[in-house]
Amino acid sequence: MAQQLRWQLGTVVEVRQETPSVKSLILDLPDWTTHLPGQHVDVRLTSEDGYQAQRSYSIASPPEDKYLMLTVERLEEGEVSPYLVDELRVGDQIELRGPIGGYFVWDAREGKNDGSPLFLVAGGSGIAPLMAMIRHRANTHSKVPTKLLYSSRSYDDVIYREELDRISGNDSSIQVIHTLTRQQPQNWMRYNRRIDLAMLAETAWQPAEKPIAFTCGPTELVETVANHLLQLGYKQECIKTERFGPTGG
Amino acid sequence: MNDNNLRLDGNAAGGLLNEMFPFEMTAAEATCGGCAKIRPIGELMLYGHEMGAILRCAGCDTALIRITHIRGCYWLDLSGMSCLRIAADIH
Repeated sequence: MAQQLRWQLGTVVEVRQETPSVKSLILDLPDWTTHLPGQHVDVRLTSEDGYQAQRSYSIASPPEDKYLMLTVERLEEGEVSPYLVDELRVGDQIELRGPIGGYFVWDAREGKNDGSPLFLVAGGSGIAPLMAMIRHRANTHSKVPTKLLYSSRSYDDVIYREELDRISGNDSSIQVIHTLTRQQPQNWMRYNRRIDLAMLAETAWQPAEKPIAFTCGPTELVETVANHLLQLGYKQECIKTERFGPTGG
Repeated sequence: MNDNNLRLDGNAAGGLLNEMFPFEMTAAEATCGGCAKIRPIGELMLYGHEMGAILRCAGCDTALIRITHIRGCYWLDLSGMSCLRIAADIH
């Protein structure tokens, strides 16, 4: 990709309410070429007085899809996300550039990965780039053994819940493990705490299986996961991280 | 909020770096001038500020890349790194 990225206009073709605070924006980009699962875009908003604000958002859609999906969590103190979540309507346009990133990516195509088991760890809307990988994996009928450990505040805050249930229900080579940190439904038998060393020891692939880990979420979660995976024997170069900070929006 | 909360991965600087380099720079490997560790830029620690960004070594905190964008010019200080290996085509 030896080229300069240009800002381009995307038109909103659908807005999907994922959870009370999260929406997915489905965008039509006439000048889009293609992307790899895990890559992101920069979104730029310009106010009437010329003031510009810019943020990075992971691409949640797989490369096979016609449209690009960005999943945005509304952050109270955010400069960009309240506009994207509250104001944007079908037919509106936003400026973005991408795809960006060659480090936090996973490609299911033959010869592009070595078949290493995937251990994906998401916190909240950090699921977005990992969902691009999961969707891409499903679309290409990849059987790379995959586990997703996904931390959400409550059951209603689980983004893409039904789709994850469907994908893991149809394919025994992918397993989805939820933890709900603040509020759990009655009779919830699964994890109910923040991700910690014991949880990772129970859920992660063994280092001998030569796994590759991708973790995305708030900085604190990502650093906890990366440090604990190192403790469990994962190699540094096999742990890919994507922090989005406490106020990514 | 302390500095740690503002820390992101070098990944997030991909767009900014692409304004200066016509390559996918998050996969480029930088050798730290402080500890000699070689890491992809995507793995460095990014501290953004109003006019640019600083990318630091995740191991020893040396500032490898300082970017300031002011009055239409980019100021790029790479004195903290001893080598930068860029793949001309990653795909």
